[in-house]
Amino acid sequence: MIQYIIRRFLYAIPLLIGVNILTFVLFFVVNSPDDMARMQLGQKRVTEQSINNWKQQHGYNLPLLWNAEAQDQEKVTQTIFYQKSVGLFLFRFGVSDSGRNIGADIQERMWPSLALALPTLVLGLIVDISLALMMVLYRNSYIERTGLVLCVVLLSISSLFYIIGGQFIFAKVLKWVPISGYDDGFSAIKFLLLPIIIGVFSGSGSGVRWYRTLFLEEVEKDYVRTARAKGLTETQALFKHVLPNALIPILTGVVVILPLLFMGSLIMESFFSIPGLGSYTLDAINSQDFAIVRSMVFLGSVLYVFGLLLTDISYTWVDPRVRLS
Amino acid sequence: MKMRTTILPLLFILLVGCDDIQLNNPYSDNEGKQTVLYQSFSERPKHLDPATSYSENEYAFIAQIYEPLFQYHYLKRPYQLTPLTATELPEIIYRDAQGKVLAKNTSEQDIAYTDYVINIKSDIHYQPHPALAKDANGKYIYHQLTPDQVQAYNTLSDFKEVGTRELTAGDYIQQIKRLAHPKIQSPIAEIMKNYIVGFDDFSKQVKQLKKTDITALSMAGLEIINPYQYRIRIKGKYPQFIYWLSMPFFSPMPWEADVFYEQAGLADKNITLDWYPIGTGPYLLAENNPNRRMILQKNPNFHLETYPAEGEPEDQAKGLLADAGKKLPFIDKVVFMLEKETIPYWTKFLQGYYDASGIASDSFDQAIQFTGTGGIALTESMQEKGVQLQTSVETSIFYMGFNMLDTTVGGDSERARKLRQAIAIAVDYEEYISIFRNGRGVVAQGAIPPGIFGYAEGREGNNFYSFDWQNNKAQRKKIAEAQKLMQEAGYPNGVDPTTKEPLILYFDTAAVSTDDRPTMNWYRKQFEKLGIKLVIRATDYNRFQEKMRSGNEQIFVWGWNADYPDPENFFFLLYGPNAKVKFGGENAVNYQSAEFDKLFEKMRNMDNTPERFQIIQQMQEVVRHDSPWIFGLHPKNFSLYHSWFGNLKPNLMANNRLKYTKLDIHSRTEKRKAWNYPVLMPIVIGLIIISLIALLTFYRRQMKKASK
Repeated sequence: MIQYIIRRFLYAIPLLIGVNILTFVLFFVVNSPDDMARMQLGQKRVTEQSINNWKQQHGYNLPLLWNAEAQDQEKVTQTIFYQKSVGLFLFRFGVSDSGRNIGADIQERMWPSLALALPTLVLGLIVDISLALMMVLYRNSYIERTGLVLCVVLLSISSLFYIIGGQFIFAKVLKWVPISGYDDGFSAIKFLLLPIIIGVFSGSGSGVRWYRTLFLEEVEKDYVRTARAKGLTETQALFKHVLPNALIPILTGVVVILPLLFMGSLIMESFFSIPGLGSYTLDAINSQDFAIVRSMVFLGSVLYVFGLLLTDISYTWVDPRVRLS
Repeated sequence: MKMRTTILPLLFILLVGCDDIQLNNPYSDNEGKQTVLYQSFSERPKHLDPATSYSENEYAFIAQIYEPLFQYHYLKRPYQLTPLTATELPEIIYRDAQGKVLAKNTSEQDIAYTDYVINIKSDIHYQPHPALAKDANGKYIYHQLTPDQVQAYNTLSDFKEVGTRELTAGDYIQQIKRLAHPKIQSPIAEIMKNYIVGFDDFSKQVKQLKKTDITALSMAGLEIINPYQYRIRIKGKYPQFIYWLSMPFFSPMPWEADVFYEQAGLADKNITLDWYPIGTGPYLLAENNPNRRMILQKNPNFHLETYPAEGEPEDQAKGLLADAGKKLPFIDKVVFMLEKETIPYWTKFLQGYYDASGIASDSFDQAIQFTGTGGIALTESMQEKGVQLQTSVETSIFYMGFNMLDTTVGGDSERARKLRQAIAIAVDYEEYISIFRNGRGVVAQGAIPPGIFGYAEGREGNNFYSFDWQNNKAQRKKIAEAQKLMQEAGYPNGVDPTTKEPLILYFDTAAVSTDDRPTMNWYRKQFEKLGIKLVIRATDYNRFQEKMRSGNEQIFVWGWNADYPDPENFFFLLYGPNAKVKFGGENAVNYQSAEFDKLFEKMRNMDNTPERFQIIQQMQEVVRHDSPWIFGLHPKNFSLYHSWFGNLKPNLMANNRLKYTKLDIHSRTEKRKAWNYPVLMPIVIGLIIISLIALLTFYRRQMKKASK
C-alpha cells in the first residue's frame, strides 16, 4: 500500500509539471507581461516607463521560457516560468501581482467554501440516496414514475433559477433568512441555511437519477434474489445488501471531489456573498493576475490527484477483495 | 409524541409573540448606542496605500482615513478647495531661474519655478497604530521584530500595543519621497517627474534602496522649514498642482509606517501598508476582510473639525446647514459589506439593511418613473418607504473618437472633416441615453462636463455643427443635413466612389459579450442612416489597447473622469503633444491642431478669469469644427438614500463625504422592524399538517391495537 501511494505521488510530479506548463502557455498566449502591467496600473496616465518599472518589480522583465542571453543553467532559471513555478512544488504560492500573499488568502478563504460545500455534499448524498432507494423500493409504481419526471424537471432547470427563486421566496417574501452575507462561527448558520438547501435541491434531480440507476443495477443481481428467497423483506434486502454493494461507484464519485470542495462554488458564493475561494480564480483571470491563476490551477491539480488516490484507497476499505499493488 | 405536541405550539407562540423578530437580519453585531452606517462594495480594493491607490472604489475607504492638505468644500459650488490639515491655502511664490522672487503677474514664460509654502495645523494626531507604539523608554515596541515574534501575528489587531504621535510637515515630505520610489510604483510618479524639482533624480537615487532608506535622503524640491511648515518647489507654473495636493497621493505618511511594515515576514501575513492604512482622518480601518466586509471606526484621535457653516443659497432651506459648527464625524462606524450581485444588494436596500443604493438597470423601473412632463420621480413604493433620490451629472465624458491618423476618417482634409461632422449628426446620443441608460445622462455639447469652469449653458454652449438651437433648447440637426455633408465629402448616399459600394467603416471595441450586442447593433443602425456600413471589430481588452497604442483603430468609444475640476484636465485629452501613438499620452484620437494647441498652452495655466472662459469657448469651437470626437454624453448619477440618512448633497470631487453625513438610527430601527417581520403562515400551515398526520398515525395505531 505504502509503495503504491509513493508511486502515485511520483507519477503526479510530471503531471503537475505538465499542467503548470500548459497553464503558463495558455495564460501568456492571451496576456503579455505588458498587458498585465497595464491591468494592474489602471487605465489612467500609464506610461511605458511605469510599465517597465512594474515588470521589473514583479519579475516579468525576463524572457518567458528560455533566456538566450544568459549563461549555462541560467538560460532556464532566469525565465518567468522557472522563477514563478518552482516555488509551487514546495507549496510556496508567493505574492499575487497586486501584492497579496496568496497562501494566506487561500487559507483564509477556504473555510467559508468548506462550510458551504461540505454540508451541501453530505446532505445532498443523504437526500439523493434516500430518494433513490425509495424510488427503487417502489419501482414500477406511480411513485417512481412521478419521481422520474420530477428529477428530469429539476435537472432541466438552471441552478441560477433556484438561487434567485430561493432568495426571492425565502429571503424577500417570507423573510425567514438573510438574502446574503456571512459570519464567523455558529453565526454563519443562518447565512448558510438557504444556499445549502438550494444546493441540495438543485443537485437532487441528477443525483437521485444517478443513484437510482446504480441501485437498480444491483437490485437485479443474483445475491439480492437469494436474499429475498431467504425471506428478507424488500426493505431489508435494499438496506442490508444493495446499499453496501452499491457503495463502490458512489465512493468513486464522492471521494474524488472531496478535496475539491476547498475550491468553492463560484455562483453560489457570489450570489450569497460567501467569502470563499469560488470567485478567487475567476477574479484573478479577469484582473490578469497570473500569480493567482497558476497557484489555483496547481492547487486544483494537486487536489484532484489527491482525490483520485483517496478513491483508490477507499476501494480497499469498501471492498476487501480490492488490493492495491 | 407528547414532546412533539408541546414543542410545536411553543415554537409557534415564540415566533408570533416576538413582534420585533427579524430573521433576515444579516448583521449579528450588537450596535449598542453606536451610529452605524451600512454600505456595500462590489469589488475588493487593490490598494489602500495612498501612494498607489488611484480608483474610485479605493478612495471610498482611504479618503476617510488619510488627510491631504486640502479638501473640496462640501456644500459650496462651483467646487472650491478649502484647507484640511493646512492652516490656509498655500502661499505661491514665483521664481526665475536664479531663484529670484517674481511678481504675481509675471508672465508664464518668465517663471522658472513655483514655490508652494504650506503651513499645517498643530495638534493633529495619527490614529492609534502599532507602528507608533513606544515603551516606557520611548523606544518603538514593534520596529525590530524577530522572526519568532512575527509568527505570533496574523492581523494588525494582534499587536496589542498602539501609539500615536503628532502630524508634522516631515510626514508630507516623506510621502512625496515615497511617490518617487520605484518600488512603490505610484501611478503619478511619471507625471510628478515633470513638475517637482529633483523628483526624477531622487527616483534614480533610491532605485536600489529599501523603502525605509528614503527618510534620511533629501529631494531638491522639498524643504522642511519647521515642524509645521514646508515648501515644495515645482518647475515653471502649474496652477493645477494644488488639485494634486488635495488628492490622497499627497497624504502624510509617518516614516514609522514603512519601518514597521517592511519588517521581514509581515508581508507573508498580508500585513502591509497597502492593506492596513495609518492616517489622521475621521475614521480608521478597524477590520479589513475585503472578501466579506470592511469596517471603518471613528478615529479616537481625530482632530477638531466642524460641519461647514456656509453653502449655496438653497442649502439653508434644505436643512443642510442645520448642523453648522457641530463636531465631525456624526457616524461612529461604517460597515461595508461585499455584495457582488445586484439582486441581494437591491433587496437588502429595500429591507433597510443598506442605507444607500445606486440603481441597477434591473431595478430601475421599481425605483424611478417618468412624469408626464418628461421629468423623473420616485415610484409610489419608494415614496411610501420615504426613500430620497439624488441626481447629479458626473464630471465625466464618454465620447466616440475618430483616429485622426486614419486615412478615411482622420486628418484635417475637408472631406474627412465633413464625414466626421455627418456622423456626429447621425449618431443620436439622446436615443442612446434613453435606450441604454434609462435617461441617466446628458448629451455632451463639448469636451467639458457641467460643473467644470468653462462649461457654457444654453445657446452659448450649443454645438452648432450637430445641433440647432430651437425653442430654447438644442435640437439635433435633421439627417438630411448629415446626408448633404456626406455628399460634400464625396460619399453621396454613403457610397464610396472608389468601390461604388457603401462606405465601410470599422468600429473597434473591447465589448465582446452577448450583452453588448444590442449596443453594437444600435451603432450600426446609426451609421446606416448615412448609408455607411459599420463593421464591428470586437477584440479582448488587451488587443484593443494594443490597437489604440499603435493607431490601428478607426472609430472607438472612450471615456474620461475628471481628476480635478479644471478644464485643463479635459482639454489635455486633445492636446497634440499628448497624442497616444506618437508620445504615448492620453490623446487617444491623436488629434493635432496648431490652433487648438496654442489656445491650450495659453489657457492651461491661467486663473479662472473671463478671459480664460473666452479662450475655452474658442477651443470648444475648434474641436466642434474639427470633430475628432463625437461628444457623447455626461453620465448622470442616480442615488437612493433612506429617509433616516441626512446631510446629503452630491459632491463629485470630494471623496471624504462620509464625515458630513448623519443617521437617525431610531427611525431606522423602527422601519426595519416594520419591513422585515417574517411571514409565518407557511410555518403555521406546515405545523397544522404535521400535527394532523401525527394525529392520524396515532389514531390508526390505536385502532390497530384495539382491533387486536
